[in-house]
Amino acid sequence: MAKTLFDKIWEQHVVDQVEGGTEILYIDRHFIHEVTSPQAFDGLRRRGIGVARPGQTVATADHNVPTKHQDQPIREKLSRFQVDTLTQNCADFGLELYGLGHPYQGIVHVIGPELGITRPGMTIVCGDSHTSTHGAFGCIAFGIGTSQVEQVLATQCLLQVKPKRMRITIDGELREGVVSKDIILYIIAQLSASGGTGYFVEYAGSAIRSLSMEARMTICNMSIEMGARGGLIAPDKTTFEYVRGREFAPQGAAFAEAVAYWETLYTDEDAVFDQEYTYRAEDIPPMVTYGTNPGMGIGVHQTIPNPDDSSASFEKSLQYMGFTAGESLEGKPVDYVFIGSCTNSRMEDLRQVAAYVEGRRKADNVKVMVVPGSRQVREQAIAEGLDIIFREAGFDFREAGCSACLGMNEDKVPKGAYCVSTSNRNFEGRQGPGARTILASPLTAAATAIAGHIVDVRTVLQAQPA
Amino acid sequence: MEKFTTLVSRAVPLAIEDIDTDQIIPARFLKATTREGFGDNLFRDWRYLPGDVPNPDFVLNDATYTGAILVAGKNFGMGSSREHAAWALYDYGFRVVISSFFADIFRGNSLNNGLLPLQVDDDFLRKLLHAIQANPELELTVDLEAQTLTVPAMNTEVSFEIDPYKKTCLLNGFDDIDYLLSKADTIKKYEEQRPIAVR
Repeated sequence: MAKTLFDKIWEQHVVDQVEGGTEILYIDRHFIHEVTSPQAFDGLRRRGIGVARPGQTVATADHNVPTKHQDQPIREKLSRFQVDTLTQNCADFGLELYGLGHPYQGIVHVIGPELGITRPGMTIVCGDSHTSTHGAFGCIAFGIGTSQVEQVLATQCLLQVKPKRMRITIDGELREGVVSKDIILYIIAQLSASGGTGYFVEYAGSAIRSLSMEARMTICNMSIEMGARGGLIAPDKTTFEYVRGREFAPQGAAFAEAVAYWETLYTDEDAVFDQEYTYRAEDIPPMVTYGTNPGMGIGVHQTIPNPDDSSASFEKSLQYMGFTAGESLEGKPVDYVFIGSCTNSRMEDLRQVAAYVEGRRKADNVKVMVVPGSRQVREQAIAEGLDIIFREAGFDFREAGCSACLGMNEDKVPKGAYCVSTSNRNFEGRQGPGARTILASPLTAAATAIAGHIVDVRTVLQAQPA
Repeated sequence: MEKFTTLVSRAVPLAIEDIDTDQIIPARFLKATTREGFGDNLFRDWRYLPGDVPNPDFVLNDATYTGAILVAGKNFGMGSSREHAAWALYDYGFRVVISSFFADIFRGNSLNNGLLPLQVDDDFLRKLLHAIQANPELELTVDLEAQTLTVPAMNTEVSFEIDPYKKTCLLNGFDDIDYLLSKADTIKKYEEQRPIAVR
C-alpha cells in the first residue's frame, strides 16, 4: 500500500498498540533545556528511577540565558537557579550537557542539526513546541509537555495517538526579496493559527525542494504556528550533504549505509493525505504580521483586512497593536528590530542580513539586536567578518540564546514599542509585557532596520544597482 | 495525578478566541523548578494592570463569576508547549476547560495533569457563554464516565469525546509513565531491531 513519508517513519517507531488508537512511540533523540525539564527530573526522583537511555538525550541552556557576558555568572537569581538546576540534573542522571560556556551551546533547535544529532528518519522530541524545526531533515519531530519529558527520560517512549496527514505543496520559483520565512508566514495566513491542528504536515513541491537546509528549517519551525504538531520535508541530496561530516553524523561506510536508508524516506506516488493544499511560489510576497497571532499576516504591500464579521478578538488584537483595519504597515516607524530565535538565527540568516546592511547604517530611531542561534554560529560569523559589518551598521551583535523571542531573559521589548522580529510568535506580551511584535523575514528586518520604518524589500532591491 | 470522575460547578466565562499559552502564563513566570504556585500568575498580563493592580475588567477579578470550570473562546491553548499553562489553570482551581477547539499540545498536557479539556461545538459554546453571562450562578455538571456535560438551567445535555485511554487514566488517576514502565521488556525488544541509521 502506498504510504506517506510520515506514515513510513511513524510505523517504523511503533513499539506496541495500547487501546483506542493510542500507540507506544519510540523516541530516537530527546533534547532538553532548563525551563521545561526540572519538574521531569523531580518526577524521576520521586519514583526512584533513572534515565532509561542517557545516550539519547542531549541538554543545553538557551531560554533563560543572557546574551551578553556569558562568561560571567547569570545575574538574575531565578534564571541562574534554573540553569544551575539543569547542570545538577544532567550530572545526577548522566546526561550530556552543552551548557553556558560550552562551545556547542545554543538554541536547542539550532545545535541539534548543526552537530549532526538530527538526522533523517528519526523521531525527535523536546519540551519546546518549535521542535518541529528538525522535521526539515525528514524526521517526525514535535514539542511535548514536561510530563512527557519525564516519560521519555523514564522509558525512551511516548504514548501517542497518530495525527492526521496534511500535504502543502509549493511549486514554482520565489520572487526576488521573498525567502523561506515569507513562505511559512504566507501559508499560516492562508490556513490560520489553528488550521493545522490535529495534523502533521509534509511540505513538498519544487519551491521547497530548491531550498537550503537552513531555509527548510525555518519553514518546519513554524508548523506549530498553524497548530500542526510538526512539519517535515523528504530528505534529499541537499539533506545528505548538510549532514555529511558533522560532529555526530555517521562517518565513512556508516554514512553511505545511512544514506541508503534515508533514500527510502519519501511519500509514495499514490499515497493519500487527509488534507492537501497547493500554492504557487510566485504568489508569495514578503510578509508581515499585523495582529497578535501568526495567522494574522499580510503581504507587506497589502492593507490590514477589514472583515464584515470582525470579531471582538480581532478588534482586541488590533487595539493591542495600535493598528486600524484597512491601513498599511509599509512606512510605519518601528523602535526595535530583532534578528534571532530558532526560526532565523543561523548562518544563512546572518549572511543575508550582513549582505544587505554592509556599508549602511541603521536608522537612529531603531535599536537592532542580532542574536546568533549558537556559539558555533557566532564563531563562524566572526570568522567571516560579519560582526564588523553589524557593528558598523550600529547593530548589537550578541551571544547565543533565545533572547528577545520570548521575554524570559534580559532581552525584552518595552511596553508599547514596535519590534520587527524574525522570531515566530507575535502573541501579546511575547517579547515583554505590552511589546508589539511584527513578524517578518531576516531580509525585511534588515531593510526595516536601515530605513527605520517597515519596508517592502522588493522596492529597495529594485532600486539597488545590480 | 488526582482522579477525575464528576464535577458540579459554576463556570467562569472568558469569551476570547485563540488564547495562547503565553497569555495563560507569560514566559517570565516559568522560572520555578516545581509544579506548584503557577496559579498566582495565571493570565497575569490580563489580570493585573501595571503596578500589580487587579484589572477590574478581567473576569477572574469579577466576584460575580466563580467555579472550577473555565469556558473559553475557540482554539484555546495554542502556541508554546509549556505544561506550566495546565499547571497554572489547575493550581488556580480549574478542573475543566470548555472550548470549541483546543490546541494539541495543550490538550495533551491538560490530560496528563487531571485537567479536563472538554470540547463542544461553536454554536453550543456561544449559547453557553451567553447563558453564564445572563446567569452567573448557572451550574454545570460534567460526568466523565458518561462523557456528558449537563446544564439543567439550559435544559441541555451534550456529550463530548475523549480518547478512551486518557479517559481510563483520568477516572483512575493513572499516568502514562506507570503504564510505560510496565512495558519495559516490549520496549527493549523493539530496540534490538532499530535501523542503524537512526541509532
